[in-house]
Amino acid sequence: MALLEVKNLTISFGGLRAVDDFQLSINKGQLYGLIGPNGAGKTTVFNLLTGVYRPDEGIIKLDGRDITGLKTININKAGIARTFQNIRLFKEMSVLDNVKVGLHNSHQYHTLEGIFRFPKYFKVEREMNERAMELLKVFDLDQEAGYLAANLPYGKQRKLEIARALATGPKLLLLDEPAAGMNPNETGELMDTIRFVQKEFDMTILLIEHDMKLVSGICEELTVLNFGRILTQGKTGDVLNDPQVITAYLGE
Amino acid sequence: MSFISYLINGVSLGSVYAIIALGYTMVYGIAKMLNFAHGDVIMVGGFAVFTIVSTYGLPPILGIVVAVVVCTILGMVIERVAYKPLRNAASPLAVLITAIGVSYLLQNAALLIFGANTKSFTSIVSVPPLKLAEGKLNISGETIVTIISGIIIMICLTLFVNKTKAGQAMLAVSEDKGAAQLMGINVNGTIALTFAIGSALAAVAGMLLCSAYPSLTPYTGAMPGIKAFVAAVFGGIGSIPGAMIGGILLGIIEILGKAYISSQMADAIVFAVLIIVLLVRPTGILGKNIQEKV
Amino acid sequence: MSKTYSKLNLSKTTKSNFITYLLVIIVYLIVQFLIAGGHMSSLMKGLLVPLCIYIMLAVSLNLTVGILGELSLGHAGFMCAGAFAGAFFSKCMQGSMPDMLRFLIALILGAAVAGLFGILIGIPVLRLKGDYLAIVTLAFGEIIKNLVNVLYIGRDSDGFHFSMKDSISLRLKEDGEIIINGAQGITGTPHDASFTIGVLLILISLFVIQNLVNSRDGRAIMSIRDNRIAAESIGINITKYKLMAFSISAAIAGVAGVLYAHNLSTLTALPKNFGYNMSIMILVYVVLGGIGNIRGSIISAVILTLLPELLRGLSDYRMLIYAIVLIAMMLLNWSPKAIEWKERIRETYFSGWKSGKGDSAKTAAKGKGVR
Repeated sequence: MALLEVKNLTISFGGLRAVDDFQLSINKGQLYGLIGPNGAGKTTVFNLLTGVYRPDEGIIKLDGRDITGLKTININKAGIARTFQNIRLFKEMSVLDNVKVGLHNSHQYHTLEGIFRFPKYFKVEREMNERAMELLKVFDLDQEAGYLAANLPYGKQRKLEIARALATGPKLLLLDEPAAGMNPNETGELMDTIRFVQKEFDMTILLIEHDMKLVSGICEELTVLNFGRILTQGKTGDVLNDPQVITAYLGE
Repeated sequence: MSFISYLINGVSLGSVYAIIALGYTMVYGIAKMLNFAHGDVIMVGGFAVFTIVSTYGLPPILGIVVAVVVCTILGMVIERVAYKPLRNAASPLAVLITAIGVSYLLQNAALLIFGANTKSFTSIVSVPPLKLAEGKLNISGETIVTIISGIIIMICLTLFVNKTKAGQAMLAVSEDKGAAQLMGINVNGTIALTFAIGSALAAVAGMLLCSAYPSLTPYTGAMPGIKAFVAAVFGGIGSIPGAMIGGILLGIIEILGKAYISSQMADAIVFAVLIIVLLVRPTGILGKNIQEKV
Repeated sequence: MSKTYSKLNLSKTTKSNFITYLLVIIVYLIVQFLIAGGHMSSLMKGLLVPLCIYIMLAVSLNLTVGILGELSLGHAGFMCAGAFAGAFFSKCMQGSMPDMLRFLIALILGAAVAGLFGILIGIPVLRLKGDYLAIVTLAFGEIIKNLVNVLYIGRDSDGFHFSMKDSISLRLKEDGEIIINGAQGITGTPHDASFTIGVLLILISLFVIQNLVNSRDGRAIMSIRDNRIAAESIGINITKYKLMAFSISAAIAGVAGVLYAHNLSTLTALPKNFGYNMSIMILVYVVLGGIGNIRGSIISAVILTLLPELLRGLSDYRMLIYAIVLIAMMLLNWSPKAIEWKERIRETYFSGWKSGKGDSAKTAAKGKGVR
């Protein structure tokens, strides 16, 4: 059974069908790409999957559970975490604390235990620090743990966002243009990191991307969106050679 | 009959609020700041008229001119000295606190010059009261003048913003400062002009307010300033028709609340209505609803 | 490596918190020393308890403005709610229990009532943003003040009587007494407040706020401040944590109110003490001390409370000068040009220094909180 099962997902904004009859099926452990020209509705799909928007029609199932119309935080608790096209870090907090916020729901103690510093506070905080440092190490960010997130270079900010999303212990990770604004070197490094995350965390990943090198390099399957509708779906190699896709990208 | 006269008084007070709220809303629209000192510019306008007319015994028309000129210059100076340097500050709170500082400054300067005693302001309105329905309905000259000036100002301002180049520049700057600059609009000049107009309106509001409620202290402007701010938010801050509607509604609610519910509770009623409106329409009656893009 | 880093991180904030407590205690000891040596005028002595009240208000407002990142202009309203709840309790219970216990319960009650108001107001209000939130909190503050002014409560052998009209409509029996008398407020609240109690309450407030900020819940609150959408996407309950910060902030303001009420023989709700002007004054402390900087709030509350007194020699000009100093300080601290200029000076003349102070000033200037 597929981990993520999406059926005829549709949403309109003021008469415009931003996403129309969208289908998707991703198996556990897959690295899946969602591509398409600007304005095709890719980010809207992410927003629908994460509960930022409620779909007009359609069903979203994660691991067999219907999560359609849940609130964002409950979708995260159900197992979907994401990153954002325009990086959204907690800029005035330390790198370590950014990840620790991601650990919020898995490492709990009561507010009063926190204020009055019960032994449980120290125990859980220590666990959180250890877990957060492990995650930071994966992304080669452990040296910068004490920095303010705002002071990280761009590429590292993108990585921190992925680390934070992983901290919530998701079943499915959504990456919205992770390579945007990166130079070829950084992109190459990012590809390795994404592959590493897929293997090491046994993670299922859905990513939106413009960079064809990255897409063809790491995605096993692709869905191409154009004007809110699916243009084609299938194995990466087949999709990229599809004349329809080439037309959509390059124009007539 | 008394209901109608309350209603007329409400519209009159509301017109004053609307004129002040216009200044608030224009400045907010263009500089994205709450000009807490706006209410105190009203007070300065009141004192300017008071000095010319009551102290020196000169004709009221001269008082009006002097008040408008003084407030216009004052508004522009405040903008230049206190607000402009903070336009790109890291937090919008910086300019808010500075505005509070300017408010303290104006109040305490007035306190030094004019003293803390309440001045009784002689009305500068010489229009006779209007007696309607065989004398049952008595509308004071101040009320008539206030409502008429309110209408004139609103029409002029709407025409100015929609029909003149400077007005269009204002709209452009309030929409997007950077883009307006690229289109060759003098952003600094436009912002200064907005402050000038807002302060001139405050001067007019000052003398209307003092003519209708003839007591003047350095703190006269504070509460009407806050109420007008409420009116601007009520109507949808940044919107000129919104400020007019908000101001007039607020005036009516205040007067009717005083008359029929409780005079001590009038302010609470005004604020409660504001809260209810904002809970139903989080950006006010005519405010645009902007959703954050994810 | 990882372990040492996390330890280092923890000890850094612990150290900073410790400095704050130490600062308060040292100032307390100095003041006690001055009083004992007779070096303090009665005027200054009279300022000590209000100073504690302002510090508590500033520190608690900083939780809302700096840590949660929402602009509130109604903080004095919560202080008002706490003051009247505490004074009401003390007036009713005077003589029927030990004074210290009664005052302690009054403090807790004031915190609870103000905190409850915080939740009640917070539920509808915290959906709003920025300036809209500011004006609605201002409106709520004014409503609380206004309601207290028309509130009449009396007690006789039949129990409590309540009215919103006047004292006569309470219909008290001969043995009855009016406890809250509308605009005349509450008279004869026992004078329990002292500088020592004030300082103790400051330390408790600091303990609560600083430990909250450095806990799981504090991080959740700050994550909402920095990026609400991202916080939601990783499972942070926005409403819960906004309400938590807002109500804790209100509760501490309530405690400050109880202290205020027990420092005066007559408690009335005036624009001066519980109006929006008071809320604004507290906000000035917070912004000038550095948004989100708890220790800064304390220092600026002290300086700005003492400043008018130090300027007393200038008599009539003192408030004018206060206003000018305020504007000048804002321009110097926040104007991008002034910041650049200060930076240049530092680089030219103090380039050898690479102190932590410069770093913290830089991050403070970046402006946390409300944007």
